[in-house]
Amino acid sequence: MSELFDMPSDLQNTYFGLVALHLREALLPVLAGLLLALPVAQLCVRVRWLYPPVLWVTTVLYAIPSLAFFVVLIDYTGLSELTVMIPLAVYSLVVLVPAIVDGVRSVPQETLAAATAMGFGPVRRYLQVQLPIAAPAIIAGLRVACVSSVSLVSVGMLIGNAGALGNLLNSGMIYHQPRLIWLSVVGTAVLAILVDAVLIGLRVLLTPWMPRGGTRENTRPLAVKEAAR
Amino acid sequence: MNVLNFINAFFSDSAHWHGYDGIPTRLGEHLQYTLTALGIAAAVGLPIGLLTGHTGRGGNTLALIATAARALPSFGLMVLMFILLGLGMAPVMIPLVVLAVPPILVTTYEAMRSVDPAPVDAARGMGMAESAVLFRVELPVALPLILSGLRSAAIQIVSTATIAAYVSFGGLGRYIIDGLYQRDYEKVVGGATLVAAMALTTLALFWAVARFTVSPGVRGRG
Repeated sequence: MSELFDMPSDLQNTYFGLVALHLREALLPVLAGLLLALPVAQLCVRVRWLYPPVLWVTTVLYAIPSLAFFVVLIDYTGLSELTVMIPLAVYSLVVLVPAIVDGVRSVPQETLAAATAMGFGPVRRYLQVQLPIAAPAIIAGLRVACVSSVSLVSVGMLIGNAGALGNLLNSGMIYHQPRLIWLSVVGTAVLAILVDAVLIGLRVLLTPWMPRGGTRENTRPLAVKEAAR
Repeated sequence: MNVLNFINAFFSDSAHWHGYDGIPTRLGEHLQYTLTALGIAAAVGLPIGLLTGHTGRGGNTLALIATAARALPSFGLMVLMFILLGLGMAPVMIPLVVLAVPPILVTTYEAMRSVDPAPVDAARGMGMAESAVLFRVELPVALPLILSGLRSAAIQIVSTATIAAYVSFGGLGRYIIDGLYQRDYEKVVGGATLVAAMALTTLALFWAVARFTVSPGVRGRG
């Protein structure tokens, strides 16, 4: 059984070490993307005419293939994990901005008026009213960003073995070990599904007021938009 | 040296413009992979999406399939298929189609579901056959969303077909992979520019197709 997870020594890591590295390389960029997306989205909500051009830029950025993005960055950041993480952060940003804008815009006007009447300032209103109501939409965006990020990290293997679990693909090829390739593919898929499940759990925890069965209908229009990306 | 210098050097080298490894050949290969994969994916995804969307059944199953397919790493799948099936078209086509079917399927389904039921009922009331309701009422209204599903599928295929060069296939990824191995950064950046340009052209092409095929009434409302 232990042989199943044995790694070639040149990777200088255990299988579960690679799993941890993969998670870090995939999720840190999503976090960075989220931190950048929140102010950008807020700006788009406040300044209405800004949103269509921002949407255009994000669509174009998202169309740039990951490998092309990686290799152009090599000149600036070298063959490192950072070179993989910067494009992933950009892709996350691009997925999250429309998700957050749609979520924040879906907060009913009456709710905002009620919060103002209760004496909420703009900052408190944003943090305690708008963000929680937008949470399901934001988490739907996070799910797409995380899953695609987990899948794309593997491509980092092509630029100086910076692909965590993806590095196993190369090892499997050069050492003729299909086992390593299976470990990479299955490991990455399981990781993606687990991260997705954790985010679904987070949504249930963050929005206790939503009926569990009824959440589908609310998130549905978003599902279309994400699928359309 | 800056990236623009590399790009300029790559494109002004006449050796890159003809022969087996020339830009026209590689562009043709990339185009061939993309169109074949998109064609197969559309042939699978569109009819199923239209039919399930029309009847409104099977939405949950489709969402489940799409989530599962999205979790599959396409690069890993390509390498896996390559070692299982060897050199041939299948190891490239299977991951590309697996990648492209879910966005087409789910978007088509959701596009059909989001059609306003009033005109559909009106069409039935006028005595239109089911197939006429589907093709002459629902399809034109759902077209913008369906096209956006095809667009995202096409862009993902262009992007992922680049990686096929790692498992010894042609296409524009050849420049990036070979350039990385040969430490020829000019070639790497040139290849990356070509791939990015192709993805953006795809984007523009779908925008143009939407301009011409979506009826003005639908466009004005959206």
